[in-house]
Amino acid sequence: MGQKILFEKIHIPGIKTYDVYRENGGYASVEKALKMNPDDITEEVKTSGLRGRGGAGFPVGLKWSFIDKKSGNPRHLVCNADESEPGTFKDRYLMEYIPHLLIEGMITSSFALGANLSYIYIRGEYMWVFKTLERAIKEAYAAGWLGKNIKGSGYDLDLHVHCGGGAYICGEETALIESLEGKRGNPRIKPPFPAVKGLWQNPTVVNNVESIATVPWIILNSGEDYSKIGLGRSTGTKLFSVSGHVKKPGVYEIEMGMTVDEFMNSDEYCGGMIDDRPLKGLIPGGSSVPILPKHLIFKTANGEDRLMTYESLSDGGFATGSSLGSGGFIVYNDTACIVRNTWNFSRFYHHESCGQCSPCREGTGWMEKILWRIENGQGTEEDIDLLWSIQAKIEGNTICPLGDAAAWPVAAAIRHFRDEFEYHVRFPEKIKNRDHFVNEPFEKVKHLLQNTTV
Amino acid sequence: MKVTIDGIEIEVEPGTTVLQAARMIGGDVVPPAMCYYSKLKDTGGNCRACLVEVSKGSEADPRPMPKMMPSCKTGVMDGMEVKVKTSERALDARKAVTEFLLINHPLDCPVCDQAGECDLQNLSFKHGLEKTRFKEEKRTFEPENIGDKIQLHMNRCILCYRCVHTAEQVCGSRNHGVLNRGDHAQISTYVSAAIDHEMSGNMIDVCPVGALTDKTFRFKSRVWFNKPFDAHRNCDKCCGKTTLWMFGNEIQRVTARKDEFHEVEEFICNECRFDHKEVSDWVIEGPRKFEKWSVINQSNYTRKMDKVVIDTEKQILEGRDQDRKKISMKEVPYKTSEK
Amino acid sequence: METLKKYHQDINITPELMQRIQELVSHYPEGKQKSALLPVLHELQDAHDNWLSVELQNKAAEILNITPIEVYEVVTFYTMFNQKPVGKYMLEFCVTSCCAINKAEDVMDYTCEKLGVKPGQVTADGLFSVVGVQCLGACGYAPMLQLGDFYHEHLTKEKVDQLINDCKEDKITLHDK
Repeated sequence: MGQKILFEKIHIPGIKTYDVYRENGGYASVEKALKMNPDDITEEVKTSGLRGRGGAGFPVGLKWSFIDKKSGNPRHLVCNADESEPGTFKDRYLMEYIPHLLIEGMITSSFALGANLSYIYIRGEYMWVFKTLERAIKEAYAAGWLGKNIKGSGYDLDLHVHCGGGAYICGEETALIESLEGKRGNPRIKPPFPAVKGLWQNPTVVNNVESIATVPWIILNSGEDYSKIGLGRSTGTKLFSVSGHVKKPGVYEIEMGMTVDEFMNSDEYCGGMIDDRPLKGLIPGGSSVPILPKHLIFKTANGEDRLMTYESLSDGGFATGSSLGSGGFIVYNDTACIVRNTWNFSRFYHHESCGQCSPCREGTGWMEKILWRIENGQGTEEDIDLLWSIQAKIEGNTICPLGDAAAWPVAAAIRHFRDEFEYHVRFPEKIKNRDHFVNEPFEKVKHLLQNTTV
Repeated sequence: MKVTIDGIEIEVEPGTTVLQAARMIGGDVVPPAMCYYSKLKDTGGNCRACLVEVSKGSEADPRPMPKMMPSCKTGVMDGMEVKVKTSERALDARKAVTEFLLINHPLDCPVCDQAGECDLQNLSFKHGLEKTRFKEEKRTFEPENIGDKIQLHMNRCILCYRCVHTAEQVCGSRNHGVLNRGDHAQISTYVSAAIDHEMSGNMIDVCPVGALTDKTFRFKSRVWFNKPFDAHRNCDKCCGKTTLWMFGNEIQRVTARKDEFHEVEEFICNECRFDHKEVSDWVIEGPRKFEKWSVINQSNYTRKMDKVVIDTEKQILEGRDQDRKKISMKEVPYKTSEK
Repeated sequence: METLKKYHQDINITPELMQRIQELVSHYPEGKQKSALLPVLHELQDAHDNWLSVELQNKAAEILNITPIEVYEVVTFYTMFNQKPVGKYMLEFCVTSCCAINKAEDVMDYTCEKLGVKPGQVTADGLFSVVGVQCLGACGYAPMLQLGDFYHEHLTKEKVDQLINDCKEDKITLHDK
């Protein structure tokens, strides 16, 4: 049983409401923080080693320290609740069941940054969560935790929740800022970074929900306490949202450093594979990160245990590793078709590309079309190499990471599952139905590829 | 500030971008720019054609930048070292961008009014593949009428956003923009409104491809059959300095004067562009010069031209003599088979 | 784009709606009222049969004191805004990976067949439309669909039958006001 930080109180009945939350020690971190020096709060967060939970894993305290306090322009904290990475649904869980934790974190963090106007940007599809947060914010205003001169400290903060309109790209921080300004979600070219010129050209910090919700615990205890949890540079606890072919999909909070094996197979967490079918692949951090084939899931390439940490999951680089990403843990068993799944992801990125820069705009659509052809038995051997070439041309050449995110799953699928692509090309009559591997898993027909003549 | 581009050192003001520094050096170290436009603020960064490799960040932080950088949006740092044509990676990226820009492009240069002065044509000549790897059906858009001055061919558009910035910064207001997203993003007014402003014609000049062309010049001539002259007139709305594109004594088209990077020197008004097509309206300064390699020099009027003899009837019935010699016909006996 | 002109909509901005819009606008500093565009469009759309005609978009521009093209650009960028009439009950099925491997496509096909429409179409009585959308962030509860402000998760064919019946009997709350 690992330590719970975010989920400590989530199962208390009525915790959604202000009164219950307050009775259970809610908003204590704000009381403590308002008596502290804001820069000391940033230091505390730095000491904690907390890394951004949105996907990139950039240290939160360091990000805060970059905010431009010299210019004298108003500063803003924006919470990124535009959770749209396929496989990720942890923030929604937090906001839905314990909205005041995020609000408390927003107040404490805004105070540390000296922000007087902060926003929570939530994706438009989570409309009921948007309404939940709106009500919770009203409660917090009524109780004097928001507004002018909070609890007599002289500190003012206005916090509002803003809803998006359905665009994955708005999870990218500069696109999110554009969207918050009421524009199309086209990412901005960096530099300048939001810490200098962000929302309305003011210094802005954008943090993930989970990162901000962790701040109250760090302030109430200490950065050092937090850094003791976890393993190495992967400090603290992390939420993983588990989906796919496991017995118990859902959101789990774990101390970082647990083995992937334990997480997947213990009854406390995923509970093993559904119907006890064999495991085929795992995406550990949301659709953008490379898929791991069976032999690289529990052990790294050099035979060490694969752990649930930033470092271990990315061990071996993209050749034999993956990335922790946003913690969207997607498990595939032998009935899943990797080609179909890669096409599915490519369709997603094609659909979500903002269209601003040419490699991503044109490349994502091209990849989708080729994958669709292969999946439907109209592919050729050359198409596989062409796909490889296209993804390499998109990666690194785009304005924002969406291009990379579209390229990596394709690259990893070809790297680890090339034989499945070849099977699709060589045996089009075998893959006519969309659930072609359900009755006849690839393992059973793999031997056909060894025939040199068709 | 000192910056080195492909081994050539140059001193520039702080705030200069890598692309601007490269343009100061000139020649073939200048990266192609499909979306950046020095006369318009906030342009650049979209097309990715000008990607360069920064092999040394600055004197203070000499680490190379891991990613390819868009030279139009990257400010120089003191001691920065940049590779343009000496970097295999940068050239690969440029080739990649060229391919991406072309896959959905209709490649209708033979019927496109921009052909001959098209940046995409130039880019694909230098960096394009000779064969397409794109088997899929091309993306197309519904045609949209945006008034009687400007012809919009959305299929040719590369979404450089220059026309949007022109409307905002030169016209001061806009009723067109980029709609939809991803590969279906398009330039449109959404309600098929006319784009009508006294400076709107400049969108034609800033468009790097044939997406926005002069409706009054549509299908009139290939640009290389026209003779360009610099001319001016007194205009109370703009500088009045233009290039006239003549066919005989007829002014077929009026554009702003464009420099070696195909950017206009000064924006001109619609009155100069569309309403003065009489030679008597203008003071003609002299022929407009173009780069040596430009196809527009085809119409070089200093060269002696052969007289063209058109003898249609004979040619249709019998073919030209020189062709008749090439193919075997009764009148021209087949020498080897004669025994 | 030309075809959009043929759809018309009765615009009715009630005082309550206007008050809500003013409240949303007040969340942003003076002069930054454009920021309220997305939330305001959601409110307008919810109050107008779940779609935004050109007239209604122009109205949004007028309320926020911005140009119409700024609204058109935003409406066409985000997927949640409908530019054509849709069914009163729009069933939006997630078809991205995690839902797809949990038979989302089968459930969606079943729904389409039951209602006699293709994805993207509206039933003749104007009650239902079915669309496939990209990841809605309910991967662990797949397959799922969105109806109004709410998610319906762990779908089966029986659950879809039940849902459609509830819709017909007007037992479904679309918006959380």
